[in-house]
Amino acid sequence: MTTGEKRGVSRRAFLATTGIAGVGLVLGFRLPGVRELVGWGGEAASPFGPNAWLSIMADGRVTIMVDEMEMGQGVMTAMPMIVAEELDVAWEAVSIEYGPLDPSSWPRGISTGGSTSTRTGWDPLRTVGAQAREMLKEAAAQQWEVSAAECTTRDGTVFHAASSREVGYGDLVELAATLPVPEEPPFKDPSEYRILGRRIPRVDTPAKVDGSKVFGYDLKVPGGRVAVLERSPVFGGTLTGYDGAGAEASPGVRSVVQISNGVAVVADDTWSALKGREQLSTEWDEGALASLSTESLDARLRELAEGEAAEARSDGNVAGALSGAAQRLEAEYQVPYLAHATMEPMNCTAWVKDDGTVEVWAPTQAATASQQTAAEAAGVAVDRVTIHSIPMGGGFGRRSHTDFVREAVEVSKAVGEPVKLMWTREDDMRGGQYRPTALHRFRAGLGSDGMPVAWEHRVVAPSIFYQFGPGALDRANGVDGDAVSGARQLPYEIPNVHVDYVRLDVEVPLWFWRSVGHSHNGFTTEAFIDELAHAAGADPMEYRARLLQDHARNLGALERVAEAANWGSTLPEGMARGIAVHESFGTFIGQVVEVSMDRGRLKVHKVYVAVDCGQTINPDTIEAQMDSNVAYGLSAALWGKLDFAKGRVVQSNFHDYNVVRMGDMPKVETHIIQSSERPGGIGEPGLPPFAGALTNAVFALTGKRIRQLPIGEQLADV
Amino acid sequence: MARFRLEVNGRRSEVDVAPETPLVWVLRDHLELTGTKFGCGISQCGACTVHVDGQPQRSCQLPVSTMEGKAITTIEGLAPGRLNALQQAWIAEEVPQCGYCQSGQLMSASALLDANADPSEEEIEVWMSGNICRCGTYNRIKRAIGRAVETDR
Repeated sequence: MTTGEKRGVSRRAFLATTGIAGVGLVLGFRLPGVRELVGWGGEAASPFGPNAWLSIMADGRVTIMVDEMEMGQGVMTAMPMIVAEELDVAWEAVSIEYGPLDPSSWPRGISTGGSTSTRTGWDPLRTVGAQAREMLKEAAAQQWEVSAAECTTRDGTVFHAASSREVGYGDLVELAATLPVPEEPPFKDPSEYRILGRRIPRVDTPAKVDGSKVFGYDLKVPGGRVAVLERSPVFGGTLTGYDGAGAEASPGVRSVVQISNGVAVVADDTWSALKGREQLSTEWDEGALASLSTESLDARLRELAEGEAAEARSDGNVAGALSGAAQRLEAEYQVPYLAHATMEPMNCTAWVKDDGTVEVWAPTQAATASQQTAAEAAGVAVDRVTIHSIPMGGGFGRRSHTDFVREAVEVSKAVGEPVKLMWTREDDMRGGQYRPTALHRFRAGLGSDGMPVAWEHRVVAPSIFYQFGPGALDRANGVDGDAVSGARQLPYEIPNVHVDYVRLDVEVPLWFWRSVGHSHNGFTTEAFIDELAHAAGADPMEYRARLLQDHARNLGALERVAEAANWGSTLPEGMARGIAVHESFGTFIGQVVEVSMDRGRLKVHKVYVAVDCGQTINPDTIEAQMDSNVAYGLSAALWGKLDFAKGRVVQSNFHDYNVVRMGDMPKVETHIIQSSERPGGIGEPGLPPFAGALTNAVFALTGKRIRQLPIGEQLADV
Repeated sequence: MARFRLEVNGRRSEVDVAPETPLVWVLRDHLELTGTKFGCGISQCGACTVHVDGQPQRSCQLPVSTMEGKAITTIEGLAPGRLNALQQAWIAEEVPQCGYCQSGQLMSASALLDANADPSEEEIEVWMSGNICRCGTYNRIKRAIGRAVETDR
């Protein structure tokens, strides 16, 4: 396996070795060949490219384009694995190209989020590989004057057993390129898989251990400047004036320019830009949020919880069932705003050129949206914008927003030079696009047997989708489908269920944060069902199992994790465990968390994970993502919280936005449930059940029910 | 601006920058050594870890004016032209996800093994606690350090 970065055949290799020596050189770099392929930036023409994702050279070399964006979740390896499997080539023969340069001419929109890469790529990428394989087989058959049905393939070679003949794919590409592309090629039977399901080493690992991996923050375009931006201290504020004289006089500063959302200081290097920004004086009309505080937000959430709500699900008659219940429970849960806090702060490099073209180097999850944003900001047609997608130093949803692209393009346009727009950690923490806060109110009724007869769940939260307009809400009834995701699909067999939603309108910019609505609905539903189990005097695992009899995959994940964790066995003195199960993004996850307390400090020892994500692509990546979701979920559960005071975000950096460090990290034992179901996502589904399993364990240990995240100091007196 | 003579990865060079410029920006912007990352700027995350005279330091906290006469090592100079046992272990354990923090993790881990050839799990956790990884690769980092210890044994 070779990546373009190492092999020296691709544009990326050029970027890596020259540090982007100039666009002419980059675009001028071509492979020999006869026809250009859509979306390959004019570089990868080849004798045989039955579709945009794949090219096969006469020497047998296979290049696969990855059009999902890499942020650590492993798509740069997983996507080509799917193509290579169906193509039937040796993994070692595959080269990888990353990121189509003109997303507007690519066959599908390029946007990576919602754990969709494998789910939506599964059929198209299998088809891509299978089409080419069938065409190559047909070419061999024609050459040998035999039937294609008599031919087989393996490791990049077509075989005809009856006549003991064989021929490599490379020798067939010229003829294959003249054949029609089969629309519905046959897929391999999973029993024949030679790549899928294997622990294939990630192709991007080597460059990540020697410092050679170039991230967006590291880019240097010759003649380029560095810019930092002074933004409104309050979301929605408007610039009323500024004095840039001090900044302009600061060493290394080239210019101070106003753009749509602030004032940029453009300098020769990063430190000069940062020092210059300190000398900048700006005045703002702080707008409607000038007095926003955490307390005012909380009060508003509680006020709204008493009012009208939009119905998201209604089965049976909850009110009637509640009034007739043998036992009634009520609980209120709450989660805060959260920042993504990727290790690499937001940044983007842009060059708006005199000839009306725009070059953008974006660490982005959303190349198509980046191209559109850049075109809009520069005032040019979309196809005038070239997007160099740069693998990201973390995404978690944050980098599917394109605010940083707009800023970079606006600054470059203003100064007429290539500009790397950089956010500091503080800019990043306070720059918006947060996971929304949410208040959850539950009521439940239990029958005389302790099993639930009614479940009522109200979610009060700002709406991510309402930011795109009222039309983005469900059927205009006012439900934000994301805010209730995982809540309205509650799998437990309860005869009367009512789920509704109340929108809090507050102009704090919101965005998709790892697992989005599932992040709070997974927590609250799995904690409240635990409350029901305890009220019923039942074992929390068995209680869930009884309610999941018609949900085989939920039940399967629950039972598998219980077995793995030896649920029901006695733990050492001072330890306890909690359990949760949740489906999201097509994947079913069961988790058991083991905890203890040491003088008010919660210690999370071990997390067992059972994951049913359908067909396994790369088990190593699945395990890595389960670790990752546990770490991300644990940071949020223990400490994650953004506060507001006088309209300003209080937290600013890792000293007051604490995240998990090595000593906090539990052992994670992942069990992959073998399945031939369609692949589900893996980048997010491990997070939603985690806080539930964790706080259920805390309850089992201490008797204290955590209903508000983060846990913070709530256990100090336990 | 002022001129400073630096020795980085065994190579001498001269930079003309403001005296208070943190080493991380001198390395990245002036010496083209971008393997050293910026993560927080306040010594909280460890992404910018380098070795100064063999000791792990946060380069975001080191004014360039204090760096003359010191031997600075960055990830690029950890094992030039090859991969050392730690880097090989990092690959064998498939440690990186996004990869952004890994230069700093490796520089800290390397300094750990220089100071303690056979650290306990708790010693690893304490030593490495200054390096944040948002992808949560901590368990694999621990395994990789253990693997490198075995290799060097």
